[in-house]
Amino acid sequence: MELKLILEGILFSAQKPLSLKELRDVFAGALEHAEGNETVRGLKKIKETELSSTLEELAAEHEAAGRSYRLVCVASSWQFVTQPEYAPWLKALVGHRIRPPRLSQPALETLAIIAYRQPLTRTEIEAIRGVAVDGVMQTLLERGLIEQAGRAEVVGRPMTYGTTAGFLEYFGMRNLEELPAAEELRRIPVEKPESLVTADPGLATVPPEQLNLPAEAKPEGEKVPAETGGEP
Amino acid sequence: MAEYKVKFEVFEGPLDLLLYLIKKEEVDIYEVNLTRLATQFIEYIDTMRLLDLEIAGEFLVMAATLMYIKSRELLPVEQRVEGEPEDEGEDPRWELIRQLVEYKKFKDAASQLQALEARQADVFARTPGKLEFEPEAAPARPEVSIFDLVNAVNVVLKRFNKREDLRDIFEDKWSVSQKIEHLLQLSSEKDALKFSELFEGVTSRSEVVVTFLALLELIRLKQLTCEQEATFGEIEIRRAPTPADPVETPTTEPFAANNETTSLAT
Repeated sequence: MELKLILEGILFSAQKPLSLKELRDVFAGALEHAEGNETVRGLKKIKETELSSTLEELAAEHEAAGRSYRLVCVASSWQFVTQPEYAPWLKALVGHRIRPPRLSQPALETLAIIAYRQPLTRTEIEAIRGVAVDGVMQTLLERGLIEQAGRAEVVGRPMTYGTTAGFLEYFGMRNLEELPAAEELRRIPVEKPESLVTADPGLATVPPEQLNLPAEAKPEGEKVPAETGGEP
Repeated sequence: MAEYKVKFEVFEGPLDLLLYLIKKEEVDIYEVNLTRLATQFIEYIDTMRLLDLEIAGEFLVMAATLMYIKSRELLPVEQRVEGEPEDEGEDPRWELIRQLVEYKKFKDAASQLQALEARQADVFARTPGKLEFEPEAAPARPEVSIFDLVNAVNVVLKRFNKREDLRDIFEDKWSVSQKIEHLLQLSSEKDALKFSELFEGVTSRSEVVVTFLALLELIRLKQLTCEQEATFGEIEIRRAPTPADPVETPTTEPFAANNETTSLAT
């Protein structure tokens, strides 16, 4: 009996995506239901690497055959899903499928920045976007697309953020390597916020940013403004 | 008479506006004329404030930076004030352009993510996904951005001279609610209205502003939709397909999360 077909059967009946570990547990537990079966016993201790390569083979086969459903790995878990071309019929079958509202442009952009440059602080995100991100961050946190990843090793120890497994699921990606143009976007070094969009210290008016720096970092390289004029 | 006071928050930031203006000029980011850009940027801010749109403080900060860059350009090279030694080598023009280039890359990445998001909506597994969310049709995110609308209204505003006192806005004979009714009527008469048609017969700058605010409100309430076939082309206004109750309690919308309607007795 081919391992490939056993996996096909398992994943066909599964009610949720299965990780390699979960699949291994299935193989480990199968003997209970088939005492004395040599094949089952033989596969009891199957390794994750073998499962992984067999799954890739199985996925390739379905793709080559042009099936309407394919095996995909999303957030490191495997599942059969239908191809998007068949959506009209499936939507009719399933009824109005409850799907979260689409993300707004600012949300997607902030999410993109986090996805490529994680982990990073809120200030670093804002330096790239050029505008405050509080509301958007709240939404992304609530939707379970980002989470706190740790703290930055600078004064004030501000929180850093990264994407979640939910993020991968939401966009149907296997892992972060599948981010479009990953190489290119990760490569640009993150500029420590250097008051990029504030006026030069020589000018009379000091912009708000330089007046109320919170406990959040003044990362190295940021110059202390020459004057913090009286503010309104 | 109870008056509509609408406040719209613009979520886009100064970089978004700069990229929009650059795209409009159809130039490469690396070749953009920053002096001209500065002028256009300020013009936009003026219009947005005239329309009472809530823009982030960063817009003003960016305006200051642009003015600084612009003024620097006017000085002969020897007289340009150099920044502090640590500041060295930092050409503010290059700094801004670098920032724009980087941001644009993320915007492009965001579009790709959006495509993935859309694709996932068409993909089905054995069991439906988590059923935590309320059934809601995909929000009608306006295809036309706020900058496109501001751009269009700028054109209309240029017809009127500046002498009028704009603080009179609510004492003017036209109120936002009246214009709302007017627009609803106009849009029911014709299949599609051109943006410019909304302002036919308008006699003052404040009337232009009130009409524009009425339009924004109706878009927010999903009574009207805007489309723009050609980039930077004519904007078309239509009645939205799903009839909604005209007197709708404002809810959180993608367009403007923080707006409030209070009755204002001026």
